[in-house]
Amino acid sequence: MIAELGLAALWLAAALAGLQLLGGMLGLTRKGEALGRVVRPVAVVQGLLALCAFFCLIYVFAITDLSVKLVALNSHSLKPLIFKIAGAWGNHEGSMLLWVTVMGVAGGFVALIERRLPERTMLATLAGQAFVSLGFYAFLLLSSNPFERLSPVPAEGQGLNPLLQDLGLAFHPPTLYLGYVGLSVAFSFAIGALVTREVGSAFARAMRPWVLAAWIFLTVGITAGSYWAYYELGWGGWWFWDPVENASLMPWLAATALLHSVSVLAARDALRTWTVMLGVVAFSMSMVGTFLVRSGILTSVHAFAVDPERGSFILALLAINIGGALTLFALRAATVSEGARFAPMSREGALVINNVLLCAILGIVLFGTLYPLVAEALGAQVSVGPPYFNPMSALFAVPMLVVLAVGPMLRWRRDDFARIGKSLVIPAMLVVVMSGALVAVADVALLPFLGLLLGVGLAWASVLPLRGRNLRRLPLAVWGMVVAHFGIAVALIGMSSESAFSTEKLVAVEVGEITQVGPWGVKLDRIEPVAGPNWTALEARLLVRYGPDGKVTRLTPQSRTFWAPPQNTSESALLTRWNGQLYAVLGGEGEDGRWQLRLWWKPLVPLIWLGGLLIALGGLLALLGRVATDVRRSIQSDRIAERREGEEKLREDRA
Amino acid sequence: MAIKAKHQRLVLLAVAMVVLIGAAILAIWALRNQASYFYVPREIVASPPEASRAVRLGGMVEQGSIRTLPDGVSIAFVVEDKEARVPVTFRGIVPSLFVEGSGVVAEGHMGSDGTFVADNLLAKHDENYVPREMKDMTGEELQQAMAKGK
Repeated sequence: MIAELGLAALWLAAALAGLQLLGGMLGLTRKGEALGRVVRPVAVVQGLLALCAFFCLIYVFAITDLSVKLVALNSHSLKPLIFKIAGAWGNHEGSMLLWVTVMGVAGGFVALIERRLPERTMLATLAGQAFVSLGFYAFLLLSSNPFERLSPVPAEGQGLNPLLQDLGLAFHPPTLYLGYVGLSVAFSFAIGALVTREVGSAFARAMRPWVLAAWIFLTVGITAGSYWAYYELGWGGWWFWDPVENASLMPWLAATALLHSVSVLAARDALRTWTVMLGVVAFSMSMVGTFLVRSGILTSVHAFAVDPERGSFILALLAINIGGALTLFALRAATVSEGARFAPMSREGALVINNVLLCAILGIVLFGTLYPLVAEALGAQVSVGPPYFNPMSALFAVPMLVVLAVGPMLRWRRDDFARIGKSLVIPAMLVVVMSGALVAVADVALLPFLGLLLGVGLAWASVLPLRGRNLRRLPLAVWGMVVAHFGIAVALIGMSSESAFSTEKLVAVEVGEITQVGPWGVKLDRIEPVAGPNWTALEARLLVRYGPDGKVTRLTPQSRTFWAPPQNTSESALLTRWNGQLYAVLGGEGEDGRWQLRLWWKPLVPLIWLGGLLIALGGLLALLGRVATDVRRSIQSDRIAERREGEEKLREDRA
Repeated sequence: MAIKAKHQRLVLLAVAMVVLIGAAILAIWALRNQASYFYVPREIVASPPEASRAVRLGGMVEQGSIRTLPDGVSIAFVVEDKEARVPVTFRGIVPSLFVEGSGVVAEGHMGSDGTFVADNLLAKHDENYVPREMKDMTGEELQQAMAKGK
């Protein structure tokens, strides 16, 4: 019953999306103006219906209703409740439902509260949002119905891939999706602005909070995903350049560029067409990512099912949406009048460089991700990995980070390097000292070497914009920028330190034997069996000690066997100290009774994710600052309008 | 620095295009050198890639070929297809579904003595996670793929 309710809600939402598209388009013509008025309420109801469908799906998963095919295929009655719920989006159909839900809710939200733009632009925007949504509704209803029933009803479900039975799954996909799909709002705004040709500061100010919000979720999602892969896969790495990771990185790069160019547009009314273009590109990258992940054409933990029909459906959607938007852009871009001008040496100039370099990195990642597909079409099977991605992205990231150190101190319109040169002396000296120290102490590879230098220099330079300003009265948006840039430095130091100073040890030890990794002494105390709700495991009890006289701590990596579906995973164990992490994985037992242990000591590695969170926090501060300013501004303008009305009344009365 | 104000848009466009096209050319060049190619045993025996090149080798693990080396953490085994066999060494914890008689993809490079040195092994995890190249690699299907001259 609940499943049918969900399906009905979904169909109704799709129908309303159709109405929203129609109303938005007709509303733009003179005759259809009346129809335009229904668009906002329809958008809100559409969002609510999609949300309702999504909750229905969660419900059938929570009660493990095995008559629903999706539940039978992906769930199991013995699973802990949290994983039953998270399992609702841990599969193809559920994740696509999450996608349209986020899209519908975001559209409804825009319709509900966005009042700053001209009504015509809003209509075009909401119509654009409805158009994209319709495609995904069609995809969901026609080829991946999540509420399909199953007959006969099986006695038990097939269970969820154990790799996905983790708290990470509860948070990682929803955050990432909020980010991916949140960018659809920016996309629709860009479409709306192109249709009505109203690209300017007001447009940028309206679009900015949405971009910021989506970008924050993307940042958190990527950070969480990276940490999840780090501890769950047990490979000790935090970024694998896996196509699916790239699929989330590409929208992030585009959104980061968009975030900066939209600021230029809002503050200075420059970079008009470029910003609109990025709005289109950012969400296009989200869709490309979805295509890569969901079409099953790639090898990945995330590729749920291989179904050519779905792949072609998403490809068609992709072609229609991106192709349509780019065509509109090509037709209209030239008619958008040029924005304000600026000197090359200025805040705008630095942001342009940032944008171009971010796009270059985006291109590098996109090429590398798609190349295997192209090669396969030409008859060769290849894969592309770190030997390509690391140096190629660094080639553009290094100059970008240098500009990042300088840019925030420049003034808008026109500036002089001599003015800020002095304040850069200290970070420059830091870099020199650091490089001397590194060369003297350790033999570090080029990339981590550069990373450490840049990280330290940038950490200092990123707080320089605070100098000479009244910290109490500093706008939140500036704080946000400083925190985010500092976060980049922190993450960079973490990444470089991890790759420069990690020590790894792979050994076979007898029970009772002691082994060393970096500054740690590790003793295999005993191996014992343990059991969980739907798995059994062999657990190694390791006693570890930092240095010769540190405190002894216990660490318990496991080798788990799940029975539904039958599968083995290894659960790594982590010990975090202020200066790094000890990482332990238990392997198999050899014929001679020795146990395989894989140990890593990774200095400063937590900084990677701490930095990621700082970046997101910076975004959050900026968002709060912007929203607060907007609210204040709208209250003020209301007051002015009131006063004016009052004065006019007074005048009339006198007359 | 006075760029003629009128032409600013053009200048910006030109700069962006130069950087992006430069990036694209670099990417293509790097991809040709860095992409790691997929080999089956027959191909890798017939024309072994240089030792410096990262490649992947996919095939079946020969029955009875897996043995643990004295250090306890390295293994040696043989990857075969119907026409050729390649000895492989691997140091690390093997994936749990890595067993004799089933498919494997080894990432690594060719050693100078004709042994393939694997850095990573991808075995079939479960129905939902199969290395793409191994999808069809169960006995006869592998044969067919070979017959097609892949």
